[in-house]
Amino acid sequence: MSTDAAGLGRARAVGFVLPALVLIGVFLMFPAVWTIYLGLTDYRLTGLAAAEPRLVGADNYVTALGDGRFRNSLQLTVQYVLGSAIIGQAGLGFALAWIMRDRRGPVRRLVEGLVLLSWILPGSVVAFLWIALLDRDGGTLNALLGTPGAAWLLDHPMLSIIVFNTWRGTAFSMMLYAAALENVPPSHLETARLAGASTFQQLRDVVLPRIKGHVLTNVLLTSLWTFNDFTPFLITAGGPEGRSEILPFYVYSTALRGGQLGFGAAVSFLILLINLVFALAYLRLLRDRREVSG
Amino acid sequence: MRLFRRPVLIATLTAAVLTLPACGSGAPAGEGGTTLTITANSISGGKNAAGADWIKQWVIPRFEAAQKAAGHEVRVLFQPNGVDDEQYKTKVALDLKSRTGADVIDLDGIWVGEFAQAGYVKPLAEVGGAAVETWEGWRQIPQAVQGLGIFDGKKYGLPQGTDGRVLYYNRELFRKAGLPERWQPGSWQEILDAGAALKKIPGVTPIQLNAGTAMGEATAMQGALPLLAGAGAEIYAGGKWAGSSQAVKDVLGFYRQIYAGGLGDPKLQQEAKGRDKSFAEFADGRIGILAEGDYFWRAVIDPKVGVAPMADRDRVVGYAKIPAIRPGAGIRGQDFVSMSGGAVRVLNPFSRNPRQAWELLSFMHSAEAVKAELAGAARVTSRSDVNADVLAADPMLKFISEEVLPITAYRPGLAVYPQVSAALQEATADVVAGRTAEQAATAYRAKVEGLVGGSGNLAD
Repeated sequence: MSTDAAGLGRARAVGFVLPALVLIGVFLMFPAVWTIYLGLTDYRLTGLAAAEPRLVGADNYVTALGDGRFRNSLQLTVQYVLGSAIIGQAGLGFALAWIMRDRRGPVRRLVEGLVLLSWILPGSVVAFLWIALLDRDGGTLNALLGTPGAAWLLDHPMLSIIVFNTWRGTAFSMMLYAAALENVPPSHLETARLAGASTFQQLRDVVLPRIKGHVLTNVLLTSLWTFNDFTPFLITAGGPEGRSEILPFYVYSTALRGGQLGFGAAVSFLILLINLVFALAYLRLLRDRREVSG
Repeated sequence: MRLFRRPVLIATLTAAVLTLPACGSGAPAGEGGTTLTITANSISGGKNAAGADWIKQWVIPRFEAAQKAAGHEVRVLFQPNGVDDEQYKTKVALDLKSRTGADVIDLDGIWVGEFAQAGYVKPLAEVGGAAVETWEGWRQIPQAVQGLGIFDGKKYGLPQGTDGRVLYYNRELFRKAGLPERWQPGSWQEILDAGAALKKIPGVTPIQLNAGTAMGEATAMQGALPLLAGAGAEIYAGGKWAGSSQAVKDVLGFYRQIYAGGLGDPKLQQEAKGRDKSFAEFADGRIGILAEGDYFWRAVIDPKVGVAPMADRDRVVGYAKIPAIRPGAGIRGQDFVSMSGGAVRVLNPFSRNPRQAWELLSFMHSAEAVKAELAGAARVTSRSDVNADVLAADPMLKFISEEVLPITAYRPGLAVYPQVSAALQEATADVVAGRTAEQAATAYRAKVEGLVGGSGNLAD
């Protein structure tokens, strides 16, 4: 190939890549850099700091890390992700897929249909259903249990939104694991069973090695979605008195409702760092797996 | 075959990009005429429905007709909202930040200062021109009420009126509890005594005093601030913010007596929709005494237009002034106290038709328009001439304007106020959750010290 042709090829390649680069630059890189910059200012939505924001260095980060409310949020977010994404959605999703793996016909279709329904309904609609279910006066749950006046949302705010998010997102995990389990030859499980392996041993030694990639992908996705999910705000609004204020709510109430845009940007950047840790850990695990199997 | 020739594609894309900024900049350009928009946190069939209906059915047709008669082609549009006040504030701030938004905008008077500091609003005369100063309405608006729209000595907004806070009580429940059906407590202790008597009626919450952060500013306006005034202090006075002073501890102590003493419902203060629920419970006859603004009388339990209507409101519901902790111990040595606020309307400084926007705004504040806005409801308007007309017809309005407004106080219109208010709300939440007044006051002081730049700006 002549150099001219090579140059033309390169120019063409650049031409093909350029639109994507521009889009990523405009919609991803610029906002990210802008957020980092804003996080270093005392920028506010109203007042003098809206007209003339000043650079304050790491002040916002120092304030956030020293804020009991932020630490409380971080703690609750860990509970929320562990409870509803990992144990809830991924765990329950796998359990359902495992139970349904040999079933065909109407029972399976019914279960899948019901679980999927919870996933395809809009979050705001589901949130209002849960309020109607858990409400203190006139809630369905109190009517069923005969416990008038029991305040589930106020006494167990975290549990309420963990159950809500589990209920909402289990379908995705279940479908993913149902597909993954198709990769496990039944004869292998049969052999293991005849050799006297317990269900746990079968899962650990036969099933898990074959679906590890699915598990990692699933846990990462559900964790990230849950970590950044704002929907439960409709149920508890972070209350009572901050007892269910997970990080997205904290950012919302300080940055938007409180008008502290600079501070909100700093906290958002902290959240981005936490998300990056998740993603990097995932990539690392995936690479290890490839090296082992490759 | 190719769908588009390249020049066509480029021209289309260019046109699309060039027309993008024209979208969402408030009003579409009227064809051969002017288009003006009004926005408010009101919506037909929902929040502040009467205000939305008045704009759509009275203001718009009449203003358009008046302009037509003068030879101007003007179209007026209304952008309704039905969200909580903080969300509305954020939306309007973002509109103005990006130099868009409606031409005439409804704001809470307490936001005027921070919006002015941010450059989102400009003095009326700068936007509307010479016609502003010569407007006939200024003579009709009392100075104290004009103050709602004033920041740094300049007039930024036209006040829509003002309000006052009182104690509402259910006369039927009072009768059942053996209490007088005409009630005016003279001290905080007398409120607690009435609460103790009401507690004997099963299924009744004796006292609803807004507390906690879920209620937001309602906790400050209907609870902590009038009590603070009753304890002889203001949240901001003489350049200093109230720290953990005796007055603040008195207020928190009173909250504790109510909520730790079983005279109030702590759970209701924590619910996301707690204030709305308190309205419904009062209307159902399940709350004995409730502290609220006159908004409660005219927009919540009003038999016709209320969101929690009480058919027999005038017979069953009584209202009393909020007493000081002891007679004579309130601010300025008063026996009784109240807090007032009020909404204003401002001009968008980025309006493409500022002069006509002022014409619309002043039209909305003419005597005739203000009277139409009342539509028979009780509200203290900003105009003395209108008040004189409607006062006689409504005893509640008469009570607010003659008994409550002379003893009332206003909040400081400073950008940091909402955060100080939030700290005060958190202090009341602490007490409702079981902490002592002392502990809550200490935590409150630490927060405020950080907000206002050190203890030199605190009055302890």
